[in-house]
This record gives sequence, structure tokens and C-alpha cells, in this order.
Amino acid sequence: MSIGIIDYGMANLRSVQKAFESVGVAAQIISTPEEIERADRIVLPGVGAFADAVRTLREKELAGPILAQIDKGKPFLGICLGLQMLFDVGYEDGVHEGLGVIKGKCVRFDVDDTLSLKVPHMGWNQLEFKRPSPLFKDLPAGAGVYFVHGYHVVPEDPGVIATTTDYGRPFVSSIWRDNVMATQFHPEKSQRVGLKILSNFAAI
Amino acid sequence: MLTKRIIPCLDVDRGRVVKGVKFFDHVDAGDPVQQAARYQEQGADELVFYDITASHEGRGIMVDVVHRVVEQCFMPLTVGGGIRTLDDATQLIQAGAEKVSINSAAVKRPQLIHEISRKFGRCATVLGLDANRVTIDGVEKWHVYVNGGRVDTGIDVMDWVKQAQDLGAGEIVLNVMNADGTTAGYDLEMTAAVSTAVKIPVVASGGAGSPDHMYHVLNEGKADAALAASIFHFGTYTVGQVKDYLHERHVPVRIV
Repeated sequence: MSIGIIDYGMANLRSVQKAFESVGVAAQIISTPEEIERADRIVLPGVGAFADAVRTLREKELAGPILAQIDKGKPFLGICLGLQMLFDVGYEDGVHEGLGVIKGKCVRFDVDDTLSLKVPHMGWNQLEFKRPSPLFKDLPAGAGVYFVHGYHVVPEDPGVIATTTDYGRPFVSSIWRDNVMATQFHPEKSQRVGLKILSNFAAI
Repeated sequence: MLTKRIIPCLDVDRGRVVKGVKFFDHVDAGDPVQQAARYQEQGADELVFYDITASHEGRGIMVDVVHRVVEQCFMPLTVGGGIRTLDDATQLIQAGAEKVSINSAAVKRPQLIHEISRKFGRCATVLGLDANRVTIDGVEKWHVYVNGGRVDTGIDVMDWVKQAQDLGAGEIVLNVMNADGTTAGYDLEMTAAVSTAVKIPVVASGGAGSPDHMYHVLNEGKADAALAASIFHFGTYTVGQVKDYLHERHVPVRIV
């Protein structure tokens, strides 16, 4: 079994790779369409801006192969920007087309000023499970994970929501549809809880 | 609910943690990897490594430290101290740092904030600042200091934090020099003023001597996180003890 972490120059790949290795799962950093095809599972991390990331994936001709593998049913895990890019459209610095795997959009946190909540949403917050999902198997309700993001996703179909998290109001903190799983938080930075999530992904 | 973060800060000189004490016989107090792992066990929410290496040649060592720490610590890591260029920031982030904190270099060239933020996002871009209360012609001012707190820039703290936010900073670490190293408590007034003036998270730094100081800066000081060095290094309190104290007083914290 091989996990491929997609390198397109926009992510902190090493943390993700080391986190998988620490739970006894070999993970390779991959950067070609052939490697994406060969991997048994694919992980798409990401930091930075929505538009830059989607454009880079397309320029490196990786978007097509990723979508093809998702269509074939290969287990896929998106992290942070790797979740946001799955959606139709992102509203970070303009309006930008996403990968269109999940119907919906990615928007900036519109927090109520009277609550004096800060953006980015940065730090440890809790998961509320909306339905049982293989990614969160054996995790206690209210498990804490690490977030750092200024934008969040809004799916058209609430049926894809796996967890929500409260920040002034609930937002979607992860999604799951068939073989596609993606988290707004960083499992690779979420200590024991995060490592359990990565281990669950490897066992799917 | 978003919890308040408790952040140990480790000063690193040429790849070695300084000011630390030996906690257990088998722990090397100078080894950044062992110290980071120990704080992870205690339930620290993030770690800050502050590079105090004076020589330019020593800089590359920090990248190696980050490389080694992320092999064992699965938690957010911020690196500050001596970051002068986008290339410095890039090397640290690629090694595994979640965020970089820039200080003097941002004062000299504010555009550096914009450059890092553009490449890695606001979420990875932290402004660190050393603030000091000074009295000029009988009037108290809050000034930004640089070069390890040796030089008064004359820049107003409130102006600077708002400018940094506009340039793309996603977080502010406010170190108040008058309080720093005193263990007499954080500067609640200045921390609250800064935290209220910006819409990005503010980490309070300087002056922590007890869990009660942290309680006050997270309440009246309106800080989103509390950073401390000596009380953790010298083993006065563990991160877990601080969190228990805060939890009993209804401050939302992550208990591990």
C-alpha cells in the first residue's frame, strides 16, 4: 500500500509525510501524473492562496490526473487548501474557478463584529460529527484539532458534511463523499487526534 | 469553541536551546528536539523557536533544527529571529515550520510582510514586535524597538500593528519589554489595546511568572494566546498545570 502526497510547490509536505510515517504508514512525495496514477491513496495538502494553487495544479498538468483518480474511486484526502480547491468556486481575492469535485463555494469568514472573533481562525477547536465517517473512527465527540484559515467551504449539498466546528456559528470543518475526504484543519499538526485520523485514512 | 493557546517559547543559539534546565535525567536540556517533544507531551498548543544566533553563518542551523523537530512533533511550529528575506522564510516553511515571525526586518522593510503573506498566505505570516513604554517630555508613548530591543524606532505601536495587518500579517506576537523577564505579569493594558485595534489574533508575550498572569492576559488583556519562556524552561510550572488552572476558572483551553 502506498500513499502519495502531491507536491505542487504549495505546501508543507514534510510535516504530512512525517506524520504518516509516525503511525507506521509509508508515504511518498509525488509530483507526476504517473505517480498519481500508481499511488494507492492520494493526499493533497496546501497553503497559500486559492487561485495560485489551482493555477499551479493546472500548469503542472496534475489537476486532470487527480480528477481522473478521484473518478476511479481512489481514496483521496484533501487538507486545508486541499479541501477548498475541491469546490466549484473560491472568493479569495476575486472569483476563481476551483476543481469542481464538490458543488459549492469557498468564502471568507464573515464574523459578527460584536463577538470580536479574529480572522484567521487560528488554534485548536472541536469537531462535531454530523454522521459516522471512516476518517473519524474511534475518535471521541468534541475531539480538538488545529485550524489556521481565513476562508471556509459552503457545500450545496449538506449531505457531504462530515463535521462542523463552531466559530461564532458552525462552519464545515470536513467533508466526505464516497472516496473523497477532506479536512479544513491540519491532521498532521493535531497531535494524537490528528495522527489517528491519518491512520484511519490509511486503513480505509 | 476556539480555545486559548498556551505557547512555550524556546530560545535557540546555534542549534542549542539556551536558558533551559534539566527536567529529567534522560532529557538533554539543550536539545531542541527533546525539549519540543516534552512540551508536546505536556499539551502545549504550539511552539515558538526564537533564533538568537548572532553570526550569519549560524543561520542555516535553524533550518536543520526545524527539520528534526517536525519528525517527532506533530503540532504547529513558529520560527522567529533573524528572518530578513523571503528566501529565509521559504527555507523555514519548507523545512516544516507552520508560521514565520518577522520583527526588525519588517520595520526596516515593511513590504517583507506583504511578500511572505503573498507567497504563503496570511496564516503563515506573523509580525513579532518588541514594544516599550517610554516617556517623552512628560508624556507616555508606546514605541516599537528593534535589534533585540536595543534601538528605539520612534514608531507608535498602535500605528505599526494596524499597518502590519493591512500588509498581510495574520497574527501579532506582542512582546512588551518593560514586562519581559520580570515574571511580574504581562502588560494587560497594552495587550488589550493592541488586541482590540486589530482583527487578527494577538499572542501576549513578556512577563509571565504564574498561571494567574496568563489568566489575566487572556481575560482583561484580551489576548488570543499566551506565550511564556522561563516559567516553563525552569520547570516552575508545566503547560498542563497552567491549563488546569485556566480550566478551573472557565477559560476555554484544550486539555490533553
